[in-house]
Amino acid sequence: MTGAPTHSQETDRDIRLGHADRGFVGKILRLDAPPSGLSLPPQELEQRLVEMGFVEGARVEILHEGTIKRDPIAVRVDNITIALRRSEAMAVVVE
Amino acid sequence: MSAAASLRLALVGAPNTGKTSLFNSLTGSRQKVANYPGVTVERKSGGFVTPEGRSVTVLDLPGTYSLRGRSPDEEITRDIVLGRFEGEAVPDLMLCVADATNLRLTLRLVLELKRVGRPMMLVLNMIDIARRRGVDIDLDKLSAELGLPIVTSVAVRKGGVDELLRRTDEFLDRGHEVAVTNEWTAPTIADLKAAQREADRIIAAAVTLPAKPDTLTTRIDSVVLHPIGGLVILALILFVMFQAVFSWAQPAMEFLSGSFAALGQLIHDWLPESWTLLQSFLQNGLISGVGSVIVFLPQIIMIFLFILLLEDFGYMARAAFLMDRIMGGAGLHGRAFIPLLSSFACAIPGIMATRVIDNRRDRLTTILIAPLMTCSARIPVYTLIISAFVPAETVWGFVNLQGLVMFGLYAAGIISALSVSAIAKFFLWRDHAPAPFMLELPDYKMPRLKSIAIGVFTRAKMFLYRAGTTILSMMVLIWALASFPQAPAGAEGPAINYSLAAMIGKALEPLLAPIGFNWQIAVALIPGMAAREVAVAALGTVYSIEGGKEAADQIGQVLAQKWGLATALSLLVWYIFAPQCASTLAVIRRETGSAKWMVVTFVYMLALAYVASLLTYSLARALGVS
Repeated sequence: MTGAPTHSQETDRDIRLGHADRGFVGKILRLDAPPSGLSLPPQELEQRLVEMGFVEGARVEILHEGTIKRDPIAVRVDNITIALRRSEAMAVVVE
Repeated sequence: MSAAASLRLALVGAPNTGKTSLFNSLTGSRQKVANYPGVTVERKSGGFVTPEGRSVTVLDLPGTYSLRGRSPDEEITRDIVLGRFEGEAVPDLMLCVADATNLRLTLRLVLELKRVGRPMMLVLNMIDIARRRGVDIDLDKLSAELGLPIVTSVAVRKGGVDELLRRTDEFLDRGHEVAVTNEWTAPTIADLKAAQREADRIIAAAVTLPAKPDTLTTRIDSVVLHPIGGLVILALILFVMFQAVFSWAQPAMEFLSGSFAALGQLIHDWLPESWTLLQSFLQNGLISGVGSVIVFLPQIIMIFLFILLLEDFGYMARAAFLMDRIMGGAGLHGRAFIPLLSSFACAIPGIMATRVIDNRRDRLTTILIAPLMTCSARIPVYTLIISAFVPAETVWGFVNLQGLVMFGLYAAGIISALSVSAIAKFFLWRDHAPAPFMLELPDYKMPRLKSIAIGVFTRAKMFLYRAGTTILSMMVLIWALASFPQAPAGAEGPAINYSLAAMIGKALEPLLAPIGFNWQIAVALIPGMAAREVAVAALGTVYSIEGGKEAADQIGQVLAQKWGLATALSLLVWYIFAPQCASTLAVIRRETGSAKWMVVTFVYMLALAYVASLLTYSLARALGVS
């Protein structure tokens, strides 16, 4: 369950939360942190996302965007609101 | 366990659950803030007496989402909960505080805490807000599912913790021999996910959530987090804050200053005429020295009031959201916004608050620039010089010119802090990827006035304590330096010209002459190292002793006669940058764990101050300002 799913699983309906626009509503399919580009190892990033309530099946909605490059984003995860950067939201696969 | 022994309670919980206001409500003003041995995590403890008359001590543990211990604060919580922390007894009863409107993350923490196997009670805080919003919690079912006793509370209301007090007595009545079977291990992702699923299952079984989320928060956020409007609102809030600190606190400050002057004169007149030295010590050294610092209490109360109000309302996390990208441009993390904002009050709590930044590089950068933010200890110096040299005019129809200069000094501090950070990022760690930014945006809540009052009171007490100890002893020292050796009988000129202070000041004068400082300023800068605001009192002492007692009341008027505008501007600029605070340097050393970063801070700030003052003074002179 913790292993990174292979990319063959990815279907056309899968979107990375980091790419979604304001107003997007969806459901979390899985966590899949990119292997590089962040100062955290993928494992640690996934762990923190889970601690903030990003678990499979949770309903997500992008409520707000920042001023510069529409970053960071404020995401409603079930009934709490979490602010995070788009680069970190790339680890969240949604449909 | 005998009823006489004090019960040890510990409050555990995720951030934003109202843990601190519960702590305030339980203990009132009977709080002690200290540090855990060996680390600089704040240890907040307090006490109360239960309805049955037992004394209980409470420990407010740092907020955390799990026991993994990602930051020094979170490690403290983990180690105390697990009973591993040396010198700290294991709590007899853990109170896990949950925000009743938002159980998801806390219930996962509860499940993790349960594995530790110690006596625990779940406190559903803010139950009134939850009920008003239509969150319906079946307490019996939740308690059965979790296998834990549950108590509800409204920390902010009178009587809101009565049930908690009663249940504490019941817990004591039962007696509590602890059979600890600690099953806790650091959770893996799989464990976390499983725990979250279990928490969600329990919530589904015991809690009915309202169909609509909190619409008020959504509505406020659509304005406050608007990409453009949000930034305008943030700037407005900061502007109002600084105007308030400068002008609203004025009447109280004038009252204090008048009272101290009258007290000094009263004591002077009361003492026999022949006791000149004691008269001078009490009036010029003690009362005018300490008085000139205590006068700034209204401003310090005002700035802490604003910071605590915004934090309690839930706005601080929004400010971090709005500022993350902008501060990211300067190489700073959005979370650095709160420590930097606290640094406007004082760099010491600001630097200590950088512990919320778990990336070491981000944290170091924030620590390096925190002293550049305009702390309240600079306000006395700025106020003195501005009121002496800047006319109290209104420009553009509504803006107070003195307030505008003050705003400019704050802006200069902010801009230089961001520039230093950008340079540090470029030269020191340009190869590193940025650290993540992840922050809960809590629902807005009406600020809890009693809790804020306790917070402001605690900080005002700390300021007065500092005024009464460090600053008082520095004032006595500067008075002695300025009074001894005494002028020989029949000597020409002011007596201070013969003192030790004059000798030190004159020795430094050649170094400071290029930036327009005379030896009196040099004398004031030395004790100003203990605390910036001491420089004001020191200037007062130096000039009042020199000019006789008539001058003691109006330091500003004296300065306006003795200094040129170029010197005044140069000193203002000096104070933006100069590392004039020994306690800040000491805290940097402690927080970074080495003298290296303390030296780096001292040297770079001193260099900046000298160069900036040199430029200001030369430019002012070149423009014909004397």
